[in-house]
Amino acid sequence: MILSEQNKPAIEVSHLVKTFAGVTAVNDVSFTVEKGEIIGFLGPNGAGKSTTMRMLTGYMPATSGSISICGYPVATQSEEIKRRVGYMPENNPLPEDMRISEYLYYRGRLKEIPRSKLGSRIDEVLEVCDLKRVRHRIIGQLSKGYRQRIGIAEAILAEPPVIIMDEPTIGLYPHQIIIVRDLIASLRGRMTVIISSHILPEIEMTCDRVLIINQGRVVAQGTPATLRREILGHVRYEMVIAGDFGRLSEVLSRVYPNLSIAVPEDIDSLGFKEVVVTTDNDDELGEVLLKVLIEGGYRVRSLNRQRPTLEDVFLAATRRSWDVIDKK
Amino acid sequence: MKHFLTILSHEVRMLLVNPATYVAAVIFLSLMGFVFTDILEIFSKAPQDTSPADVFFKQFYLPVLFIVPLLTMKCLAEERRLGTMETLLTTPVTTTEVVVGKYGAAYVLYMTLWAATGGFFWILKSFAGDSRLLDPGPMIGGYLFIGVSGLLFIAIGVLASAVCRTQAVAGILCFAMLFALIFGGSYLGAATWLRTDVMHPVKSAVDYAQVLHHYEDFTRGVIDFRQLLFYFSSTVLALLFSILAVEAKLLHN
Repeated sequence: MILSEQNKPAIEVSHLVKTFAGVTAVNDVSFTVEKGEIIGFLGPNGAGKSTTMRMLTGYMPATSGSISICGYPVATQSEEIKRRVGYMPENNPLPEDMRISEYLYYRGRLKEIPRSKLGSRIDEVLEVCDLKRVRHRIIGQLSKGYRQRIGIAEAILAEPPVIIMDEPTIGLYPHQIIIVRDLIASLRGRMTVIISSHILPEIEMTCDRVLIINQGRVVAQGTPATLRREILGHVRYEMVIAGDFGRLSEVLSRVYPNLSIAVPEDIDSLGFKEVVVTTDNDDELGEVLLKVLIEGGYRVRSLNRQRPTLEDVFLAATRRSWDVIDKK
Repeated sequence: MKHFLTILSHEVRMLLVNPATYVAAVIFLSLMGFVFTDILEIFSKAPQDTSPADVFFKQFYLPVLFIVPLLTMKCLAEERRLGTMETLLTTPVTTTEVVVGKYGAAYVLYMTLWAATGGFFWILKSFAGDSRLLDPGPMIGGYLFIGVSGLLFIAIGVLASAVCRTQAVAGILCFAMLFALIFGGSYLGAATWLRTDVMHPVKSAVDYAQVLHHYEDFTRGVIDFRQLLFYFSSTVLALLFSILAVEAKLLHN
């Protein structure tokens, strides 16, 4: 049993469907997460992120499809699943009238941590989440940043192999976000983590892989770099140049025939314009572009290859999925 | 059921650190104290056929109608409203353990409150010293009735809390159900339209479930196994429905 558990991927989801009173919240979602991976879950509001996460924890039953965590099917062995998953729900609900250490003790007992180990384990997670100074404070009196960290401390308390966190950084200040991000990164390799977030740079920095979901469907998945290539499919060069703009397309087509050039109307006092060149060629064209521009008699102030952010990928992927849905 | 004790002790703890519990206890004890002194005044004026304990426990519906909703309305409705139900049920606990644990805590507190009224009889004993006023029969019967009927009353409160999203609605629903259970029986028992032959099965069912009659039997020292069965089976039924209600809300939220 233990051997087979080790070889299985941490999370396997296939053809997952969830409908609420005729509305399909999650529609045929399939993905696999390997052990020790950190996965980012992205999607606009109502895309089905939280619903998928709730189904992963066994809290909410799926309409159809199957989920297995560490080789255990969620539908039939939810007890085993609950022992293997640390979950922090959306908005991180906490009891108002307990002290942090009391709360963690209660949760630890519910999660079947032996009493003899619980004390030292609580000290450990308090240390990791930087909560030691406030351990005797009442949760209801603490600010959002502390509460969020209590949620994370609670999720990792029982050292589960899989951790699922719904929007762990929502409502945090930048320096608190960095703490949480480092915390999640420190789990890499030891635990499998799924986080959802709407802050894209956040996901890009911490996650090994990204899963973009829209309208209950997975519209893109892969590492941030592959997503950029696959979803956007083009490279943009921005340059600030001056010279004869009429000849520009002719000059540049010598570099690569399939270029689309956008020349804006506005021009600055020295005759410079910000020109955007888009191409489907993935090779580095900067050097050649610079060469032909100078040979063509243009004055060049700057030239740079734009690195599309995950934000662009996200927008493109969700737009593409809207197109697919609209066509149906 | 290995988490039952964890949840029970946690819930009792939370009730004990909650100021609302002490407010409820003070209200309960002063209400029952007034009732008790009132009874003693009547007894001091003229000798009566019954013992003070008998009259005292006859007023059981007064605290039941107010204290039971107060103690139970919060237990499941509040967890659902705050969303902590989600964190609770994603740990290796079952819905049964959660519902029974919360039920147990409310019952323990309810019985603690009633046990405190034992002080009234102790005061009476140490100051009056009149053995006629302290008939142990009705007293034991009365406390036994409180203990057995409390099982069902608290279970009804838990059920109300399980089906409602807000504690105010749960409290009102619990009050209505308890009122119907305690007084509905005697109202229906007196109804003439139930006296016909066709309605005879209904009539016998209503007579079987007369809480006020049960009370009289208990204080007279008659402990009928059918009545015990009535309370135990209804308690189990109410708790089963509570568990189903919690699980149904998971499916449809």
